[in-house]
Amino acid sequence: MSFKVVVDYDLCESNAICMQIAPDVFEVRDDDFLYLLTDTPEEDQRAKVEESVQRCPKQAIAIADDSEE
Amino acid sequence: MKSIAVVGASLAGLRAAETLRAEGFDGVLHLVGDEVHRPYDRPPLSKQVLSGDWDVERVWLSADEKFDALNLTTHLGDAAVSFDAAALAVTLASGTVLDVDGVVITTGARTRTIGGPMPGVYTLRTLDDAQAIRAAFEKQPSRVVVIGAGFIGAEVAASARGLGLDVTMLEMAEAPFERSLGADMGAVLADVHRDHGVDLRLGVGCEAILGDEHVTGIRLTDGSEIETELVVVGIGVIPNVEWLDGSGLTIDNGVVCDTTSLAAPGVVAAGDVAQWHNGHFDETMRVEHWDNAITQAAHAAKRLLHGASVGPYEPVPWFWSDQYDRKIQLAGRTTDFDAFQIVDGDIESRKFAAIYGRNGVIVAVLGFNRPRHVMRYRGLIDMKTSWADALAAEF
Ligand SMILES: Cc1cc2nc3c(=O)[nH]c(=O)nc-3n(C[C@H](O)[C@H](O)[C@H](O)COP(=O)(O)OP(=O)(O)OC[C@H]3O[C@@H](n4cnc5c(N)ncnc54)[C@H](O)[C@@H]3O)c2cc1C
Ligand code: SF4
Repeated sequence: MSFKVVVDYDLCESNAICMQIAPDVFEVRDDDFLYLLTDTPEEDQRAKVEESVQRCPKQAIAIADDSEE
Repeated sequence: MKSIAVVGASLAGLRAAETLRAEGFDGVLHLVGDEVHRPYDRPPLSKQVLSGDWDVERVWLSADEKFDALNLTTHLGDAAVSFDAAALAVTLASGTVLDVDGVVITTGARTRTIGGPMPGVYTLRTLDDAQAIRAAFEKQPSRVVVIGAGFIGAEVAASARGLGLDVTMLEMAEAPFERSLGADMGAVLADVHRDHGVDLRLGVGCEAILGDEHVTGIRLTDGSEIETELVVVGIGVIPNVEWLDGSGLTIDNGVVCDTTSLAAPGVVAAGDVAQWHNGHFDETMRVEHWDNAITQAAHAAKRLLHGASVGPYEPVPWFWSDQYDRKIQLAGRTTDFDAFQIVDGDIESRKFAAIYGRNGVIVAVLGFNRPRHVMRYRGLIDMKTSWADALAAEF
């Protein structure tokens, strides 16, 4: 099982809070842009990604719950 | 616990309410706020709202559906006026008394100002303040005078310069941000403002605001005067604790909490209003940053529901400030630092990361457009990494 993460790059200000919480999913690189290392992380990352959603100061991250219905 | 009142309906209050629900509290949950607005986000007020980049619809903290789903009993526009901590009873301005089993105090802080109310003189804390300043900017004032070069003042100056307005900024200290960044780094930030055309005056304060019906200028502590029809005062904040007079709680530069966020049995506090001893830095502090408001609120909510087993609250505080095209971030505490090193980039390009040490341990990191480094070093601060190991680290 995996789930889908979306980042609104217009809102994101690359402050890397998400990277600190879930480094396996989010990475801010030297160009100061945020990259998603995967946009469909495994279920074991869900808690960390949820915390990132909560703590992103720009509310730029969302979990799209489109898992197979 | 059957009923809880969260007093203060802003960032920390909303986050506390969300956490209480997420942790399974399904009783009556009151949210009390003296502002009529539902919770909104303050950082954009001095940035995107003043610059005009955002319309106000974007500042709400929680979408309607999410807010409604919390199933809160809201009392907005109805301030708490007194509290009895032993009885856990909160009295509101309307006369309503909330008799509850738990209370979360998140009444934040309000701005200090100079002199009495005077048209043309503003402070910036609320959405209404931001809209009023924005409207004043739109009238193309001949000059904006910002009193106090703290982070809010500096952002107001940057936003005003972005609109092409002339700006004079005064700061009593010899370098802006001296207290939070140290004098050398404060000087770097001072240069950033000067390069962007701000008339920055250091070591001087405002002695008097001039004018009768409307501000016409200010007199400085060196005796000189500046003509202006728009003054923004950014000289810090005072915690909102007056409603707690006689409550039985200990008040000292905020609501005094134990290391777990508890202020009294059944009472927790979080955000800009809360003072506690942060064991990580062995320092008693009250933190006025966005990230602390949400993490402390979550901790306090869990403390209220689950008891002392949640443990002490020992975060590495972190904040950001956007000024012009610079994103400035500081994580940790610079208090009494005795070591300092640029670890990436250089000051000339104003893209760098610098670390601060105290007693052989890394205690803070400052970044100018270096978010990745700030977060990496913040991890080292969290682990109390030795200064030598922090210097040797490569990111
Ligand atoms: C313009 C501006 C820009 C900022 N930018 C940044 C930034 O870039 N980065 C950063 O890290 N931080 C920033 N901050 C700081 C951050 O916004 C605060 O730390 C945060 O708002 C604190 O949240 P809080 O809920 O503890 O307090 P507050 O946001 O102050 O909320 C307290 C609420 O309680 C209400 N209240 C007070 N007394 C009573 C009463 N008796 N009864 C009922 N309600 C009451 C208040 O009206 C208010 O609505 C900024 C702040 C401002 C003002
Ligand atoms: S926390 Fe939010 S704003 Fe910061 S880098 Fe991650 S997505 Fe972007």
